[in-house]
Parts: sequence; structure tokens; C-alpha cells
Amino acid sequence: MNKLNNSIENTKKSHGSSKSVKTIKASEKFAFTLLWICAILTIIILFAIIGSVLINGLPYVTWDFLTQEPENMGKEGGIFSVIITTLYLTIFSLIIAAPIGIAAATFLTEYSKESPVIKIIRFATESLSGIPSIIFGLFGYVFFVVFLKFKYSIVSGGLTLTLMILPTIIRTTEEAIKAVPRSYREGSLALGATKWQTTYKVVLPTAIPGILTGVILGIGRVVGETAAVIFTAGSSLGLPSSVWRPGRTMAVHLYILASEGLSKDNMYATASVLIITVLIINLVANKLINRLVKV
Amino acid sequence: MKSYEKIIEVLLFICALVAIIGVLLISFFILKEGIPVISKYGFTKFVFGTTWAPMRHEYGIYPMIVGSLLVTTGALAIGVPIGLGCAIFLAEIANTKLAKVIRPGVELLAGIPSVIYGLYGLVVIVPFIRKTFHNQGFSILAGSIILAIMILPTIVNISEAAIRSVPKEYKEGSLALGSSHWQAISNVIVPSARSGILAAVVLGMGRAIGETMAVIMITGNTTTIPNSILSPIRTLTGNIGIEMGYASGEHQKALFATGVVLFIFIMILNFIANMIPKRVGE
Repeated sequence: MNKLNNSIENTKKSHGSSKSVKTIKASEKFAFTLLWICAILTIIILFAIIGSVLINGLPYVTWDFLTQEPENMGKEGGIFSVIITTLYLTIFSLIIAAPIGIAAATFLTEYSKESPVIKIIRFATESLSGIPSIIFGLFGYVFFVVFLKFKYSIVSGGLTLTLMILPTIIRTTEEAIKAVPRSYREGSLALGATKWQTTYKVVLPTAIPGILTGVILGIGRVVGETAAVIFTAGSSLGLPSSVWRPGRTMAVHLYILASEGLSKDNMYATASVLIITVLIINLVANKLINRLVKV
Repeated sequence: MKSYEKIIEVLLFICALVAIIGVLLISFFILKEGIPVISKYGFTKFVFGTTWAPMRHEYGIYPMIVGSLLVTTGALAIGVPIGLGCAIFLAEIANTKLAKVIRPGVELLAGIPSVIYGLYGLVVIVPFIRKTFHNQGFSILAGSIILAIMILPTIVNISEAAIRSVPKEYKEGSLALGSSHWQAISNVIVPSARSGILAAVVLGMGRAIGETMAVIMITGNTTTIPNSILSPIRTLTGNIGIEMGYASGEHQKALFATGVVLFIFIMILNFIANMIPKRVGE
């Protein structure tokens, strides 16, 4: 209430000055124009970035580019093994992160009451999502690559990325589970189902679109990540023969092509493939979120 | 049946603990690797030393701290007004149709990988600065512009949520007293949402300080203290990102020590952002 009074005071003050209606109208028009510009600028920036990449890169994204091996350090040839490595790493991180994340979110929403432990878990999840990727890279290197002797490999990279995407999956799954109506649970429990049966057969299936959104956003982060991947999964070209071998993802490949100025055409083409992948991922996530809102 | 239920609950609990274990492991290993170098050369000498010359065992990260802070300040100076403007627009002015175009656009900005931002900076922003100011182009300004774009989603989303959480009565009260829509926004709505907006700025700052790849590609990475916004700089993250590839021995530990300083910055920012209520009435 105090705040409201203050606000009213403020409003009065600005009225008290001898501003004519005309100047008030003019300043409103000016301010709203600025706001419009801010909003439109955001969209223009988005289109400028995507446009500049696609215009320069799409002509070089050919079937050969997608299916041939990189040659001469990536200067020539395609990005086949780079795409496959990205896929490996994504699948590997998801196989671990998705079950843990969904289980953690299930515990946080269905099984726990507010307690100090829960508060600490929440705080840890928040902190994890705020840690920069280069720190994850350092950690992944010293812990998985060196300490656990996993070397530069899909395993080291995948486990590092698992920690990175865990907060995203936990948070979106929590939201999805919270959105499931109480009556669903009550109905199931009334029929004699146990708590886990209710969670497993009623709550989680209902929450699937939301859970998928989290998983897909996680995929987006894995595909686009560079700093954490380059020091854990390495950057060597070629198809990794097993998960214990190193590999180079699309984002890392793009970074190396760009920073070493190896080949402009291949750089733009790789960037185009990367950005199209990200666009598709976001489009799917967006569709799922819209469906969620309707439920 | 009962014991089965209990086992499940314990398993779920263990999964929930992974986040805590992760944070503890990360903190422990970064500190363990980084602290020895800091204590060997002294905290003041490490943090305020102005020379970074790993070959001569001189590890001073003052230029990188200055670099990180300047490029972040620049990013906030550009990104906060635009982001806040966009947030006000979405919350107060845009109709549903328009918001349905802009909001996914902002989401998409958040989804674009940092290498793509780096690439855009490298081929568009840096050459533009080079042509305009007749210098090398790699600069604080280039870094600030790209980081400003990268933190837009954070600023827009959290500010918009804060503005939307302002009770309708505030706005109605202001309008009823005869103020214009803009007067209501600038005198009542935005001031009421200021703590959420502050949280947005702090989180944006965290993102900007922690960003690595885009920054490496466009700031020039020299280890000197800059004298203008057109000077090249190296950030804390850049220092790690560039040299981690070939560093070994004490040099590598010094990079972990750089990580410790970065980690402390980030943890303080996270903590502050956590303390600030993000919505009115929280």
C-alpha cells in the first residue's frame, strides 16, 4: 500500500508541474516510438545474424558437403564425421541427463516437502545453470579427462555436458509436473494406485510435452556448445570409433575454421548447418510449449 | 509393495542430489587446481599484477579483470536500455499478435550458439569498426556489441516477467489520476518492477562475464591494459580459452587460478541475483 501511495505521489508530482497536455502527448509519442524501435531492433538483429550466415553459407551446403569427410584440416571436403560426432555427443549426454533430470524433478515436485535439503538442491541447480561453460570445460578436463583418466573422449564431453544441461531439464520438467491437475493424482490414488504408480502412469505421461521441451532445449545447448566440449571431447577430426575416442563437433569445427581462417566457404557452410539445426530445435520446442499452454 | 515404493523414493532422491554433487565437485576441483598458484605468487600479485608472461613465470591477471569488467559494462550499457525497452513494449504496448512474433524471436536469440555470435562479430562488427575508426577492429566495442545482443534474452525475459507482475491497481490508480499511459509506465509501473529489473541486469552481467567463445573471436586478446573502448583486450574467460589448448604444468594451473577468480565473480553475481525478489510481492 505504501508503494502505491508513493507511486501516486510521483504521478501527482509529474502532473503538478506546468506541463501542458500537448507536451505530455508529445513525450508519450516520443517514448513509445523508442520502445517500438527497441522491439523491432531485436528482431532485425536476429534476422541480420541468421541472414548473414545463411546467405553466405547455404550455396555451399550441398549433399556432398553433408556426406563427405573433411579433408586438409577441414579446408576442403565436407563435415560428415563432424555431424556424426555431434550426434553421438548429443545422444550420449541425453541418455544420462534426461533420466537423472526427470527423476530429480519428480522428487522435487512429487516427493518432497519444503525442507533445508530441498532448498539446497534448488540453490545448487540455480548455481549450476549460472556457471559459465568455460568453467565446465576446465572442470571436465581436470575431472573426467585427467583424474578419471577418460582422456579426450565422447564420454568426458558427454558427462560434462550432462551437468550443463541438467538444470534446464530439471526446471522444465518441474514446471510440466506442477501443471498436471491435482484431480488426476487424486483419481489415481482413489483407485488404489500407490504413489509411484500414480507418478509413473498418470503424472509423468501427462507432463510429457513439457518434459520433451526441456530435453529439446538441452539438445540445443549441447549442439551449440564449444568451450566445454573442446577441452573434454577434444577437437580431432575423424569418426570416433567408440565413446572412448575423441571427436570434433560442429560448433568446435566452426570455431576452428573461423579462428584459423582456413576456408571461408566451409566456415559459412558449417555455420549454416549449425544454425539450421538450432532453428529446427527451437521451432519444435516452441510448438511443444504452445501445446503445453493449451493444456 | 511398501519397500518397493521406498526404494523408488530413495533412487529419485539420489538423482536430485546429482546437482549438489556436481556443484561441489566443480568447486572442489577448480579450487584445488587453481589455489596453489595463487598462494605461491600471492593473491595481490596474482590479481593486481599487470604482466602475464607464463614463459617467465609471471602471472598477473589484472589486465584480464579490467578487460572482463569493461567489456561487460559496455554490454550492459548497450543491452540494458534496448532489452528493457523491448520488455516494456512486450508487457505494455504490443498486442498478442505482435508479441507472438517478438517473443519467439527473443527465445531464438537465446538459442543461437556463441560461436555463431562470434562469427557474426568477426565478419560484420569487427570489419565495420575497422572501417569506421581506421584501427584493427578487434576491440572492447566489438565485444560489448556482441555481448549486448547475447544478454538481450535474459534482460527481456526477466524484466518482462517483473513488469507483468506489477498489480493492475497500480496502473489503474495512476491512469485514474489522469496520467497518460507513458506517465503510468515511467512513474509507476517500471519503478515498481525495479527489483526484478535489477535481477535481470545482474543475471545479464553474469552471462556477459562468463561468455567465452564469442569474446575470444572479436576482442583481440592482447594482455595489455586498454586505454580506450577501441583498444583490444583479453577477458578472464578468453585467457583460459586461448591458452588451455597448449598450456601445461604451472602455466596450466595459472589458468585454473584465472578460473577461480572468474568462478568467484560468477558465484557472487548468482548469489545477488538469487537474493533479489524477481516479481512484485515475492
